[in-house]
Amino acid sequence: MSEKTRREFLRQSAGAVGGACLFSLGLGLYARQVSALPATALRPPGALAEKDFLSACVRCGLCVRDCPYDTLKLSTLGETVATGTPYFEARKIPCEMCEDIPCVKACPTGALDRSLTEINKSRMGLAALVDQETCLNFLGLRCDVCYRVCPVIDKAITLERVHNPRSDRHAMLLPTVHSDHCTGCGKCEKSCVLPEAAIKVFPVKMAKGKLPEHYRKGWEEKEKHGGSLIGDQIQMPTRRPEQTVPGSAPGGLDSGWKP
Amino acid sequence: MSAAVSPAPTFFSHSLFGKWLLLRRASQLAILALFLLGPWFGIWIVKGNLSSSLILGMLPLTDPLLVLQSLAAGHVPYRDALLGAAIVILSYLLIGGRVFCSWVCPVNVVTDAAAALRRKLGIKGGRAPAASTRYWLLGGILVASAITGGIVWEFVNPVSMLHRGLIFGMGLAWALILGIFLYDLLVASRGWCGHLCPMGAMYSLLGRTALLRVSANKRAACDDCMDCFVVCPEPQVIRPALKGAGTDSPVILDANCTNCGRCIDVCNRDVFRFTQRFDRRTTP
Repeated sequence: MSEKTRREFLRQSAGAVGGACLFSLGLGLYARQVSALPATALRPPGALAEKDFLSACVRCGLCVRDCPYDTLKLSTLGETVATGTPYFEARKIPCEMCEDIPCVKACPTGALDRSLTEINKSRMGLAALVDQETCLNFLGLRCDVCYRVCPVIDKAITLERVHNPRSDRHAMLLPTVHSDHCTGCGKCEKSCVLPEAAIKVFPVKMAKGKLPEHYRKGWEEKEKHGGSLIGDQIQMPTRRPEQTVPGSAPGGLDSGWKP
Repeated sequence: MSAAVSPAPTFFSHSLFGKWLLLRRASQLAILALFLLGPWFGIWIVKGNLSSSLILGMLPLTDPLLVLQSLAAGHVPYRDALLGAAIVILSYLLIGGRVFCSWVCPVNVVTDAAAALRRKLGIKGGRAPAASTRYWLLGGILVASAITGGIVWEFVNPVSMLHRGLIFGMGLAWALILGIFLYDLLVASRGWCGHLCPMGAMYSLLGRTALLRVSANKRAACDDCMDCFVVCPEPQVIRPALKGAGTDSPVILDANCTNCGRCIDVCNRDVFRFTQRFDRRTTP
């Protein structure tokens, strides 16, 4: 190999290596950037956590093909969901929660985990009643539609009766989501009668808060222990204005308690 | 036109007609049609796309590069995908890795069109990256998959995007395909398939031991018209076999040969033919 061709060869090789490295680096950064799932996109049942999902899903669309309700679709270039991966939007077509979960069975890679055999245990997302200002039940009406369409009715969504302070004589039945039963199928969001749904389903990570590890709920600990953990407590007197003794100091500060 | 005189190469003789070219286009079209029969007419022979598919509800096929990236990213796929990748790998080990490129890949139609137009318009020059760039890129995306924990090439892969797009919906992938067409047309001759595509690089590596090969078995009859060099997508693979430079064998053994058969089509002296790699016979 002559000096000139060797130099040419080295130059070309360096270009190839450098170019490929730079491109791969850019691609890796780009991939990391677009890996965040947007708020309206939900993954099929049994989907691994988003990061693991993106290492497993080969974008073949077999889950889409086996979905009997055309719920699932593959993202295309330009959408905010990672290109080619399956997702659905609750407000468009929610998951009908097939008992045999055909989408999970179809997945060849395990991006949809086959250990999910009961559809009620799937966690595609989590519903949240995001707008109490427009929810008809919060306005005192009896809409209840989200509650009634819920496939896990009375567990995932309950109606909580509270006093309506506006009319002062009616009840309000507030749709309340319980995360230990909500599958995130999206039927509530789909069926919300408002032009823009007051109840929405988000990826679990987005909808769910988390208590610090060390927090304990006193009432739960008490029940677990079968009694108070810190012994009996002194019953403090109640001080209420209507209990004031006639003729005592104005303002009702005297509770009438005597040692 | 007499058989004794080589006709001047024309646009048509080089790019539109020829038995193997027509067969190749038929193969590419038939594979796409098989995938489209389901969604268009409800005839489910094949489900999925080139990334992974299921034939007649039983035979899985999976793109080995996707499985490699998935493994690099730390996920061990289910047996279905592993078996699918194994079937694909074994098939291409036999018939030549880059048979995928010339007989299956939908982007081949785009880059062939760009190459034909480039010849017709007489566009010369440009700047092609070294042909080894694809191997570095192949390594690069595996490393990037391992570091980011995701299948990174699928964020830009024009091959799967075009094929998936035609079956499931294209989105902005048209722009990417147009980009590749213009790149091959204006910037680098055969730039995408021959220099950059890491899928092609992987299939090249698979094709090193392929049984099915093209042989220049009548190389003695070659009249140096250069037609084969002009149409070949990887022209460097022809010389050792045709000119016997450094080898006795007339068989094109270079793993980058895509077994497209274009050289057989265009040769007026019938120098080339398909055979198996150990067939060292030559006929005068």
